[in-house]
Amino acid sequence: MSTTVERNVPIADTGHNQHPQRKWQDYFGFSTDHKVIGIQYLTTAFIFYLIGGALAEVMRTELATPDPDFVQPEFYNQLMTMHGSIMLFLWIIPAGAGFANYLIPLMIGAEDMAFPRLNGVAFWMIPPGGIFFLSSFFLDTGAAQAGWTSYPPLSLVASKWGEEIWILSVLLLGTSSILGAINFVTTILLMRMPDMDIHSMPLFCWAMLATSALIILGTPVLAAALILLSFDLIAGTAFFNPAGGGDPIVYQHMFWFYSHPAVYIMILPFFGAISEIIPVHARKPIFGYRAIAYSSLAISFLGLIVWAHHMFSSGTPGWLRMFFMATTMIIAVPTGIKVFSWCATIWGGKVSLNSAMLFAFGFLSSFLIGGLSGIMLASVPFDIHVHDTYFIVAHFHYVLFGGAVFGLFAAVYHWFPKMTGRMVNETWGRIHFIMTFIGFNITFLPMHPLGLQGMNRRVALYDPQFQTLNIICTIGSYVLALSTFPFLINIIWSWLKGKQAPRNPWRALTLEWQTASPPIIENFEEQPVLWAGPYDYGIDTETIDGNETVEDMLATVSAEGR
Amino acid sequence: MNIPSNIITLIAGVALTLISLWYGQNHGLLPIAASSDAGDVDELFNFMMTIATGLFLIVEGVLVYSLFKFRRRQGDTTDGPPIEGNVPLEIVWTAIPTVIVFILAIYSFEIYNRMGGLDPMVAGDPGPNQLAHAHHHAPQLVALDPQKQNIALGLGVSPGSKQGIEPLEIKVNGIQYAWVFTYPESGVISGEIHVPVNRPVALTMTGGDVIHAFWLPEFRIKQDVIPGRETKLVFTPNKVGQYPVICAELCGAYHGGMKTQLYVQTQEEYEQWIRDNTFAMNENTDQSPVAVNPTSNSQFLAPYAQDLGVNADTLAQLKP
Repeated sequence: MSTTVERNVPIADTGHNQHPQRKWQDYFGFSTDHKVIGIQYLTTAFIFYLIGGALAEVMRTELATPDPDFVQPEFYNQLMTMHGSIMLFLWIIPAGAGFANYLIPLMIGAEDMAFPRLNGVAFWMIPPGGIFFLSSFFLDTGAAQAGWTSYPPLSLVASKWGEEIWILSVLLLGTSSILGAINFVTTILLMRMPDMDIHSMPLFCWAMLATSALIILGTPVLAAALILLSFDLIAGTAFFNPAGGGDPIVYQHMFWFYSHPAVYIMILPFFGAISEIIPVHARKPIFGYRAIAYSSLAISFLGLIVWAHHMFSSGTPGWLRMFFMATTMIIAVPTGIKVFSWCATIWGGKVSLNSAMLFAFGFLSSFLIGGLSGIMLASVPFDIHVHDTYFIVAHFHYVLFGGAVFGLFAAVYHWFPKMTGRMVNETWGRIHFIMTFIGFNITFLPMHPLGLQGMNRRVALYDPQFQTLNIICTIGSYVLALSTFPFLINIIWSWLKGKQAPRNPWRALTLEWQTASPPIIENFEEQPVLWAGPYDYGIDTETIDGNETVEDMLATVSAEGR
Repeated sequence: MNIPSNIITLIAGVALTLISLWYGQNHGLLPIAASSDAGDVDELFNFMMTIATGLFLIVEGVLVYSLFKFRRRQGDTTDGPPIEGNVPLEIVWTAIPTVIVFILAIYSFEIYNRMGGLDPMVAGDPGPNQLAHAHHHAPQLVALDPQKQNIALGLGVSPGSKQGIEPLEIKVNGIQYAWVFTYPESGVISGEIHVPVNRPVALTMTGGDVIHAFWLPEFRIKQDVIPGRETKLVFTPNKVGQYPVICAELCGAYHGGMKTQLYVQTQEEYEQWIRDNTFAMNENTDQSPVAVNPTSNSQFLAPYAQDLGVNADTLAQLKP
């Protein structure tokens, strides 16, 4: 049990290579290099994160008092709709796609994605989509006001052109997402290096395979729903309009058929990232590789048959509520397997508490709370009470901020040296983590009692008895807003002036670390050799051709690659 | 796997169980329960809180412990033990959540059934499309045919089947940003809802413009109010008091202001309220918004029967 291995991995390698690199101008044009596209995705997503966050701060400021005194209720609903839509469609989903674009070809030893031009096209739908989205604030009627769900008939009567722009933007972003997913599936299945079978592939690739399947199956249904809604809105049809004999509940079914899987589209890539980060920084093999890999697929499959749990209190028959309660609860099992496996990977390891690992701990502890409240919400009698209240707001922020965003920051700190060739300042990274973790919990923890006690969501005005907890939430949100400054300063400063990064600062075993930092244009100097599994930490007896140890091989490969 | 010695594990386990049991019952997170259904839901929630507290403490405990215990020492470049899996352990932690969610699902089903969620008589919903075909020349939905009950939309036991007491029927109409309650027995129309204690209340609800949701936090029930459809909520208040009625589904800019009060009163107080309001309405009959329909359903529909393609037999079935 206590076997440990002394590693002789060349840490001092500066990775300052003489190979051709991209110039900064390349990041502003149409590129076919997956690494450039990955960084384009990530920086674009980050800009929208700041915009979405700014909208949230205005909302929280409004909610510091029970009366709608800081902004008008109409404008509040626009802020709320746009905050949700931006964070989902322009931050989390593109950021996940950004990491996948950057990492997948490197992780599987490929030169690029399967369809490099399609990849460029997919990215270049996002900035215009986002700008179009934001432009709706400048209309006379303002932006969409019906929430990110856009339920008819409300979406048909509130802010007609804002709503139409919302629909068109989401269609554009959804198309981008489908194109990306097709590319990921093809790349992962067909472009792996010859020695890499599907069970020696890094878990991030498994996660992206599961994510892409959901995107390909779910997004077209959302597109169909939105196109029909658009007809109702501008052509006077009545697919969903009860005034003309349409059925608003059908829209809800179609919407959630995509939008429930969408929460897995947002979290699965970061499940994958965490599965990469924890073994490296805990210096242990991932616990239960196959269990984690298959649980991603199980989540993906089950994710397609739980959508009506968003509709327990709308027009859903009793037996259907029971069916969806059962399927929703079962998702807790594969998710639980992952959480337990991550904990077991950490247990007994040699844990480095750097910024990446701190965010991974933050991810585990916050996502746990979101997961537990998620099981509660699956229970129909309880969900009927808290549906559409702040309890739900608390739940999905624990999943999507505590889960996806913490996972995303962990991934940024982990792969920053690979992407930029520079090390991040760890002290500022830790300050960023502490502020984010504290701000996050102060903001969202009080929302649980708020919802249970009777505060409904999506309101600009509320009962004065809820003011104390709302003030706490608002203060927390300011801390959360401030926490982005250490991050931004650190990232920008480190990118320009940070210490040169070696090719493998974390002594990791996955393939992306076996090339220069940042990697050269076609990724590897020569065809990489698969000499160990992605997580074979602590294994000292394994040999490649009978006499060489893993460490010898690693040293050789690094020396050759220099 | 490096588990601390048995005695410490045992003490930790006992402490964890006690804390979970105590917190599960004493979290104080829910408002008062004003109906027996609410009590059932609270028990379910307490049970889930107990399990959640236990799981939370286990996982957070492991994380915090690891944070200190398994920290890498400065200059230590060795790896941890190469443990890649442990089949019995993995079976255990797959089986335990599976069993827990099965228990939760069965328990939730039981509570839901007790609340009348699976009662097929609760609401009849023929679906709006069927109606649209029948009235192709009249796009507005004018009537729901109670004989074509095929989907239950709502919550609550069939009127009359609980405790043998005839429920108080109230019609609810949700419009941007107000609730309108109509008492068919007395013809009272009100913006507040008054009900006698311990008598079942059956709400028949529809939306006038957009989707709303009728939520009574102290009763733990909620049901969307949908234009063009009828949904039902049946509940039995058992505590005299004043409770908020909240719209929970986003219905427009002043959604947050769409609230009113539910008064649970003693039988005498309730009757007095009905008398006061009936009297007030009779005083100015010409201003009364109620158009009382003097004919029965069949008489009213007879002139339209030809047009609708309905024969005399169907009409006869409509008689109450």
